[in-house]
Amino acid sequence: MTDFPRQWFDDGSGRPVPPSPPPSTPPSTPEWFDDEAGPLVRLYAMTAGRARPTSEAFDLIAVVEAGEADEGAPPDRSPEHAAILALCRASPSSVADIAADSDLPVGVVRVLLGDLLDDGLIRVSRPVEPAQLPDEHILREVIDGLRAL
Amino acid sequence: MDSVHSDQRHPDGRHPGERRPERPGPYLSLKILVAGGFGVGKTTFVGSVSEIRPLRTEEQLTEAGRPVDDLEGVERKTTTTVAMDFGRITFRDGLALYLFGTPGQDRFWFLWDELVSGALGAAVLADTRRLEDCFPAVDYFERRGIPFIVAVNCFAGFHTYPADEVRSALDLDPGTPVVMCDAREQGSAKEVLIALVEHARNIYSARQEDGSP
Repeated sequence: MTDFPRQWFDDGSGRPVPPSPPPSTPPSTPEWFDDEAGPLVRLYAMTAGRARPTSEAFDLIAVVEAGEADEGAPPDRSPEHAAILALCRASPSSVADIAADSDLPVGVVRVLLGDLLDDGLIRVSRPVEPAQLPDEHILREVIDGLRAL
Repeated sequence: MDSVHSDQRHPDGRHPGERRPERPGPYLSLKILVAGGFGVGKTTFVGSVSEIRPLRTEEQLTEAGRPVDDLEGVERKTTTTVAMDFGRITFRDGLALYLFGTPGQDRFWFLWDELVSGALGAAVLADTRRLEDCFPAVDYFERRGIPFIVAVNCFAGFHTYPADEVRSALDLDPGTPVVMCDAREQGSAKEVLIALVEHARNIYSARQEDGSP
């Protein structure tokens, strides 16, 4: 991200504010300047403008695994890709866990996971639809597990 | 189970036994939704049975890559980050239950559609002082055939109503369980989950016998 917006505003040092270029956003819209505006790096900047992942595999509870570090790193991917890959390498994680651990929004995580999948760096196990559970002993196990909490 | 993996080979001639398995283990993750009106105790509930964490999701991740000159419109459609609670209960390696607290406000229905897909079932938390707050959730799960139970969160010091009264006030199907709970208590919250999983199990096995989806 460039730092050009800084010079548009009086920094309190008393130096004159450069007269140009004018902000592309009218000053009446405060969205860039306060906390409520959210991250200054727009989400689509992290995803290179993509809103959809290249794969539909990434349900919130789909489990993502990554190979070992010597299986290679993405050469031209972002720090966010690297962070996500490191999380997956540490242990198999669900998409929701990855989003929470990386503090990135789920939509961004999905796009970045799609890249890593395209790179052949991760594997993803889709969750089983409950109606297709192979047998009911899984649910029995869940109930017993809950009782044991 | 679908599995996508790298075909890269290890150049170092590692012993085959040391390789990671080509196919991931049988990871089974199940999803339960915790729904109900604003302030009914969803976050408390999820937090009392699992380690709760916030999940950042977004209202709209706009497609900025298409026409660059459309950026002004993209700015207007700026994303809103919505925090959603989720918790995980891990029973063993490869078997985990995820709880998702559904966003309370109506404008986030679009998030429900994704959450509900593949969900085992839902617990609808109800507050008898504001029973109508859970109508939308009840309606939503009924329409989609998602197994759900109603858990009345009995806030301390308030009169509790018999389950039958709650059932008729909500016009529930006779088969839909209504249970009382205290969302702050782990033991109570887990009983709700157990009741829900048992209810879901009955429904799914009945559907399998019927041959209906």
